[in-house]
Amino acid sequence: MKKTLIGLCALALGGMSLSACGSSEEGADDGSITMGFAQVGAESGWRTANTTSIQESAKEAGIDLKFSDAQQKQENQIKSIRSYIQQKVDVIAFSPVVETGWDAVLQEAKRANIPVVLTDRAVDTEDTSLYVTFIGSDFVEEGEKAGQWLVDNAEASDVDKDGTVNVVELQGTTGSAPALDRKKGFEDVISAESKIKVTASQTGDFTRDGGKQVMEAFLQSTPKIDVVYAHNDDMGLGAIEAIKAAGKKPGTDIKIITVDAVKDGMTALAAGEINFIVECSPLLGEQLMDVAEKVVAGEEVPDRIVTEETTFTPEQAAEALPDRKY
Amino acid sequence: MPEPTRTMAVKEVGARAVSHRLFWPLAALGTLLAINLIATPTFFNVRIQDGHLYGSLVDIVRNGAPVLLVGIGMTLVIATRGIDLSVGAVAAIAGAVACVYIVKSPADGAVGTAVVAISMALAVCVALGLWNGFLVAVVGIQPIIATLVLMVAGRGIAMLVTGGQITTVNNDAFAALASGHLLTLPVAALIALGVFAATQIVVRRTALGLLIESVGINPEASRLAGVRSRTIIWTVYVFAALCAGAAGLIIAANTHSVNANSLGLWIELDAILAVVIGGTSLAGGRFSLTGTLVGAMLIATLTRTIPNIGIPAEANYLFKALVVVIVCLLQSPKARAVLQRRREPIPTSREEAVV
Repeated sequence: MKKTLIGLCALALGGMSLSACGSSEEGADDGSITMGFAQVGAESGWRTANTTSIQESAKEAGIDLKFSDAQQKQENQIKSIRSYIQQKVDVIAFSPVVETGWDAVLQEAKRANIPVVLTDRAVDTEDTSLYVTFIGSDFVEEGEKAGQWLVDNAEASDVDKDGTVNVVELQGTTGSAPALDRKKGFEDVISAESKIKVTASQTGDFTRDGGKQVMEAFLQSTPKIDVVYAHNDDMGLGAIEAIKAAGKKPGTDIKIITVDAVKDGMTALAAGEINFIVECSPLLGEQLMDVAEKVVAGEEVPDRIVTEETTFTPEQAAEALPDRKY
Repeated sequence: MPEPTRTMAVKEVGARAVSHRLFWPLAALGTLLAINLIATPTFFNVRIQDGHLYGSLVDIVRNGAPVLLVGIGMTLVIATRGIDLSVGAVAAIAGAVACVYIVKSPADGAVGTAVVAISMALAVCVALGLWNGFLVAVVGIQPIIATLVLMVAGRGIAMLVTGGQITTVNNDAFAALASGHLLTLPVAALIALGVFAATQIVVRRTALGLLIESVGINPEASRLAGVRSRTIIWTVYVFAALCAGAAGLIIAANTHSVNANSLGLWIELDAILAVVIGGTSLAGGRFSLTGTLVGAMLIATLTRTIPNIGIPAEANYLFKALVVVIVCLLQSPKARAVLQRRREPIPTSREEAVV
């Protein structure tokens, strides 16, 4: 038993050193680009689609991708970034788990002359020279798009025709960047239209269950709800359940606007239970590979790149639904 | 002559009511409901909607069902001087197993599929409960550590089962667990209250309740007295896992979906809180299932109060914490004694001290 254990350990060690040799050779200049990507984890369908997009785009662009999953832990992410530095990859990209605490490891990357690209989430640092660019969604803009649709459709959204459009808002996790920014963008735009009023706002923690419970309460406490604005599809889907239980028709008796455009949300949109969805796209792989090639070639890139995103009406959703991946 | 005796009797009844361990939780529940009624005058209104009861109070009882179920299991575990931190993860696994089975099944809308899915999920929960019980009763690991293992690993298991995706099911029979109605009453609440009544009967009409308490007060002495401590501890952990599984299925059915990350997240803390508010001591021994029922309803009402009276999202946790602290202080005999001494003239308390 002991012997086999020792044997196994030796094998494992041997394997490790072998793979280490292998990767350092790959890092050497043979013209192709090597990218180290440290993913947050696989916590949602959105994130899985994000991972798939990056892996597929890398294959298409002919970039050698080294991928690691941090399972929501910063120390894991720092470890894999360090290993990428040692392997001398050409470019490092990652989605930071949290905003702070990256300066040390990013300094190491800078000293090794490896450019760093942030995806989807930003880091909080005073030294912006530590990374080349940040590719991700603009949450404020998403909120603005949602608000703009409501302003444009204010007349039709006043379901009870009493002259005011009463909006209830289902916020994301309190204090999270998407929740703060989507709220802000929405409020900025609707303030232009005096008819539109946010009558109640509460967090549903980005979950269906949370959205349902908060909506149940709103249906009882807030009279004359015309519109629900949910910070993500899941809370909107929860609200649909609550509205149905109250004997009302979602999408008709109460209009629903959400952000994300995941498959379940799009299905509800195509069925007319949601009226408008602002996309928050995880498919930033192509843009990332593009930036990686430019950075390695020494070209200038803008320090903020917004993910290409669109919006969906029920008709557009019905069209897009068959090839929706996530 | 009869007048003074009557007032004395009334006073005595009043004093007894106040000293009852459920008086303060019930008073807090009543106060919360009253606050809601002031904020929304229609709060107590219940009407018939599509052939079932509909209203805030119905929502509270229905949404409180998962915490009540987990709380019932937790009460018995705590009574044996244990604690089960893994219930949230177990709930997530139950939801994941049931939803993934339904989605993968060829007849994903059939009643039979839902029945098999539910049975499978509960069977998995029994296995998880056996694991917890094994670690605590046989290996002798401290309950908080033993169940921490599954609390952490369980979410991973649930993620593996669902492949990290939010799994959505379209099965009316399964959805009925949470949003269905029987004789105009919500099924979820009926399940929770049914489990409550059954447990209450089993622990109070048989010696089981007494045995659980004796194990909680002194496991070694109970064993020497011929009580099979190990079997009893093992049983309560399996029961707690089953209750958690049922709660997980209701939460999953409520939204026709399972999100392994968020299903039942922190429900163990809500359940422990419900047990403590209900007057069961974390030190084990004497327990009160009725207390847990009151505690669970208090938590459900509190959750409902926040959006109802319009507390800003940023102040949610602070408001919840304040209510909990007040309830706990009111319940604590020491804190009450301090308050009372302030109110009463000093000589009386001295006399009492002399007596």
